[in-house]
Amino acid sequence: MKPPSFKYHAPRSVEEAAGLLAEHGYDAKLLAGGQSLIPTMNFRLAQPAVLIDLNRIPELAYIHPAGDGGVRIGAMSRHVQVEKSDLIAQAAPLIHETMPLIAHPQIRNRGTFGGSIAHADPASELPAALLTLGGRVQARGAKGARWIEADEFFLGLFTTALQPDELLAEVRFPALPARAGFAAREVARRHGDYALVGVMALVGLDAGGACNLARLTYFSVGDGPTPAPQAAAALIGQRPTSEALAAAAELAASADIPEPVADIHATAAFRRHLIKALGKQALQQAFIRAGGAA
Amino acid sequence: MSETMMISLTVNGQRYQRQVEPRLLLSDFLRHELDLTGTHVGCEHGVCGACTILVDGVAVRSCLMFAVQADGCELLTVEGLAPGPEQLHPLQAAFRQAHALQCGFCTPGFLMTLAPWLAQHPNPTDEEIRLALSGNLCRCTGYQHIVEAVKMAAEIC
Ligand SMILES: Cc1cc2nc3c(=O)[nH]c(=O)nc-3n(C[C@H](O)[C@H](O)[C@H](O)COP(=O)(O)OP(=O)(O)OC[C@H]3O[C@@H](n4cnc5c(N)ncnc54)[C@H](O)[C@@H]3O)c2cc1C
Ligand code: FES
Ligand code: FES
Repeated sequence: MKPPSFKYHAPRSVEEAAGLLAEHGYDAKLLAGGQSLIPTMNFRLAQPAVLIDLNRIPELAYIHPAGDGGVRIGAMSRHVQVEKSDLIAQAAPLIHETMPLIAHPQIRNRGTFGGSIAHADPASELPAALLTLGGRVQARGAKGARWIEADEFFLGLFTTALQPDELLAEVRFPALPARAGFAAREVARRHGDYALVGVMALVGLDAGGACNLARLTYFSVGDGPTPAPQAAAALIGQRPTSEALAAAAELAASADIPEPVADIHATAAFRRHLIKALGKQALQQAFIRAGGAA
Repeated sequence: MSETMMISLTVNGQRYQRQVEPRLLLSDFLRHELDLTGTHVGCEHGVCGACTILVDGVAVRSCLMFAVQADGCELLTVEGLAPGPEQLHPLQAAFRQAHALQCGFCTPGFLMTLAPWLAQHPNPTDEEIRLALSGNLCRCTGYQHIVEAVKMAAEIC
């Protein structure tokens, strides 16, 4: 199929883009890497009257250190730039490890970091990483800028807290706490395909070797990135023994996400199995990295 | 037909100016406006990789870009890969020698994906080659001969 007609704008600055958004609002769509939007237009699932192309706005493409030891990523940074960045490898290692899991090399050459987060595909890695690391995003519009915390950003299937007159300008990740460990795990049919189930884990240990921080976020199991708060709470105060991790992963499947989505890619029962298996593996690796062998 | 826009770009070293509709996909622009039919179209949703070309030296899906977005860019398609009319690019020579194609539908996409990659990975392992090719589908060869061809090309290069 071929995409429907639209009016095309290629603004040169965020200010100009924000002006166009204010003018066209609901009729307009922002075009970032186009790796999700153009397929849906080719299938005529999306038929925007106006496209505002962000690709000619160099001020949106950067990767900078943040004052607190974290990182700031401009929305139009390509996946490949984040994947190859030394700063990301050192200051946001979970993101560094996640990038190669996202799609294929040619898609990563074009797809953008901000686009992936704004699109909020429930099978996407980056929204889950943003939630797990406690990041936040900057929204900009003609009326100004505001920050939105990760846990207030994802509202449901392909739905975020961005208003129709706002664009996502920057994504920020804080520094990892001391004695923290992380892991990303997923199962996909072919390397680079969307995950059947995936999970991100972040854990921390106190001086006595007990868990004092645990976050577990699944993706491709529901309408968006899906935290497993009961599994995480069960780990706090515990030593990361193999039994404790297995029990937490079991809770993720039985209490937090008892009814994962079922679709042509995987049944709910298979997803529940993966929630358990991947949850345990991710926790194990995260605790090893935090310095407490499991 | 909606409003058209003037674009100018370079493809395989030659400059072109054309008036196009914004909704025209870059893949269709190459095939229908410039008659460069070496770029193949398999799926139009980014999955098969047959339409892969280089835009400013970077391998991308031409079915997931609009022609208007390539305004001012330098493109390379499979027609421009060989150094001259009587010569093949080392990858093309290796594909021929290793039987890395049968129907050939997928081949332009594989070549354009691999050309910049091989330049950056002169001594690739099998595993690295398979990862580099993960975004290209081939329904004929079973990939084994393609992996062989890449190793062969790495030796020639
Ligand atoms: C074959 C294939 C496999 C893929 N596999 C994966 C995968 O495994 N994991 C994964 O995460 N992704 C995958 N993707 C998607 C890819 O990562 C996309 O790049 C990403 O989801 C969207 O980024 P984009 O820059 O291409 O956005 P676009 O497609 O340009 O935009 C997507 C949506 O986000 C909106 N948007 C974009 N940027 C902004 C912004 N700055 N502010 C506000 N709204 C914005 C757009 O208006 C649009 O609605 C795959 C894509 C393909 C084609
Ligand atoms: S036609 Fe572009 S990826 Fe299949
Ligand atoms: S040779 Fe026929 S699809 Fe690859």
